[in-house]
Amino acid sequence: MTAVAQAPARRRRRRLDTTAVVYIALAVVVVIGAILVAAFADRNFFSPGNIRDILTGMSVLGLVAIGQTLVILNGSLDLSVPYVVSLSSLLAAETMAGNPANIPAGIAVAIAVAAVIGLGNGLIVTGLKVNGFIATLGVGLIVKGYLDTNYQGSAGSVPPAFQWIGATGIGPVPVSTVIMLALALAVALFLRFSRTGNHMFAVGGDAGVARLSGVRTQPPVIVAHIICSIFAALAGLLLASRLGVGNPTVGTAGGYDLLSIAAVVLGGTLLMGGRGSVWGTIGGVAIFAVIDNVMSVLQVNPFLKDVVRGIVIVAAVAVYTGRTVHDRRARFARKEADR
Amino acid sequence: MSTTDQVAEAPALGWGERLRKFGLMLVSPRGAVYLLLIVLLILITVLNPRFAEPDQLMRFIQRVAPIAIVAIGQYFVIVAGEFDLSMGSLVTAQVIIAGNLVGQDDSRSIPVLLLMIGFGLLVGLANGLLTTMLKVPSFIVTLGMMLALLGGVLFWTGGAATGNPADGFRQIGRGGIRDLPLIDFLPWAVVVLVVLLALAIWFSKRPFGRTFIAVGDNVAAAHYSGIRVWWTKTAAFMISSTSATIAGVLLVGYAGVHPSVGRGYEFIAITAVVLGGVVLGGGRGSVVAAVAGAFALESLFTLLNFAGVPSTSRDAIQGVIIIAAVAYAAATFGRRRRRPARPTSPAGEEQAPSPVPAVPAPTPATGDTPQQGGL
Repeated sequence: MTAVAQAPARRRRRRLDTTAVVYIALAVVVVIGAILVAAFADRNFFSPGNIRDILTGMSVLGLVAIGQTLVILNGSLDLSVPYVVSLSSLLAAETMAGNPANIPAGIAVAIAVAAVIGLGNGLIVTGLKVNGFIATLGVGLIVKGYLDTNYQGSAGSVPPAFQWIGATGIGPVPVSTVIMLALALAVALFLRFSRTGNHMFAVGGDAGVARLSGVRTQPPVIVAHIICSIFAALAGLLLASRLGVGNPTVGTAGGYDLLSIAAVVLGGTLLMGGRGSVWGTIGGVAIFAVIDNVMSVLQVNPFLKDVVRGIVIVAAVAVYTGRTVHDRRARFARKEADR
Repeated sequence: MSTTDQVAEAPALGWGERLRKFGLMLVSPRGAVYLLLIVLLILITVLNPRFAEPDQLMRFIQRVAPIAIVAIGQYFVIVAGEFDLSMGSLVTAQVIIAGNLVGQDDSRSIPVLLLMIGFGLLVGLANGLLTTMLKVPSFIVTLGMMLALLGGVLFWTGGAATGNPADGFRQIGRGGIRDLPLIDFLPWAVVVLVVLLALAIWFSKRPFGRTFIAVGDNVAAAHYSGIRVWWTKTAAFMISSTSATIAGVLLVGYAGVHPSVGRGYEFIAITAVVLGGVVLGGGRGSVVAAVAGAFALESLFTLLNFAGVPSTSRDAIQGVIIIAAVAYAAATFGRRRRRPARPTSPAGEEQAPSPVPAVPAPTPATGDTPQQGGL
């Protein structure tokens, strides 16, 4: 019995460990960035303006990545997010049509449509047993087809009252970042305290074992996909608020599918599912935002930025994910870890 | 690769039985891609009878060749249980390298070709070693490689690709043997594809080729049977980057030098491979089916083109077909899974299907707890 009682405590400490490593990595990146910025651009990295830039850069990718965390935690993937982002920005901007009275309706339409797409993703993955990669790639293509057929360019318009969300801040902290962090907290609490949230770890870790332990394995996956699409819609709403219009290519231009997956993995969540945390993901997103900001301040060639991004993704994940994979494998199949 | 129920129901090998078996093979997930391909080709021919003429068919194969070659490479990576997202960027990188280094000088063709192959092998080696040695998921490694390669090449060229390489070099992609009987024109691209496909079939039947499926099916079992897992996976990445290089060489001739050549090839290749019934996660599939998947995908585009479907809704139809094809395969496999024997793994190692109702529930749970304490 003691072993059983100890197990959750140990697991919790271990999970915190990974997240702690992410934040240590973030601190290292911040220190190096601050030194580089001070040395080569003669600017203060910690000036309110710069901090606002970094936090603004975090909020959209942060929203998408929070949702992506849940899906990856369940052992699935969501490649349809960029198209959902674009679609929701368009739906919201068209429904609002510049009229402040339509703001709630615009938000509701965007979220409702995204939830339906998420439900579709979830049902295809669980019901039709299609791999998440293929299912969401296919659904993404379907949404892309709809976007390409019906929109040639920016459409709709967002009332100034809604643009306020993307434009203002409390001191150096933008409102959009506050919203993103509040939602991250909500999802973290959901994972920690709700039954479905707990089941997500079980299903992602080993669907077979979860099923044999009496967990219905399909609902957590479906719920994760729905939440992921809703978060993509929120990211789309935020982009619409910043741009003032809806745009059919904002999602793809941001590369939110692969970047959000990279941020989630950078945050210590296992790509095969079962282990991870929302706070780690936020840390991963912050690492991306800081690196992007430093490169912008230093006026690095935009193509070289991609090279740095690519190297950082692999290097950062190599530093700590290898270790986590090792831990997890050892629990289930000690032999494999000896390799 | 016949399944147990087919064998049980068809003991005699009369013509009728053989035909029935062939029909069953076509409806099985393994054969579904061939059925899809045949249906698509027939539909195209109905819409445009010219398509069935040998020279048009050759042109069609020439157009599919780069995608099919990339699919061959992606097949080996996927069947070994990994992903290669860097293929599209590598194709672009190689196209731009060829454009910049060959220039108008025909004599540089061979050295540059060797350099490109060397560069491709290096990229594959890096992907493989990062995946196997540092234990970074290949999805992330190749995603990083994708960003770094494209960024690096565009940085080197300043964002604009310059000029086409010498005609001699481009002949590989656009030229061919002319004035042949029946088909009139045999493009080099088709020859390259046929040779590579034959090589791939031969290779996957060799002992080393079989280890790819073994590793993808069950890493632990493969390790215990003496397979050097890291080398198999690294070799898979090197094969895929070489195939991307060859596709790049063909595309230089066929499509010219442009930073958008090769864009999205990684997803097209994965889609083609999966359409061919190859299972993501590894351990099951065949090269021929992967190539058939590439042909089916390209036929689908051609069909939509001939049918006058607006290009904007093509993506949506492609999405529906991919999901339907994979769902079909999953449903059929799910039914087959419950049978005792699993004839699909030629290497003979066994892997328990994940939900086995017969296994007593507490086993994994109790096995888990003490090890937890030990950690």
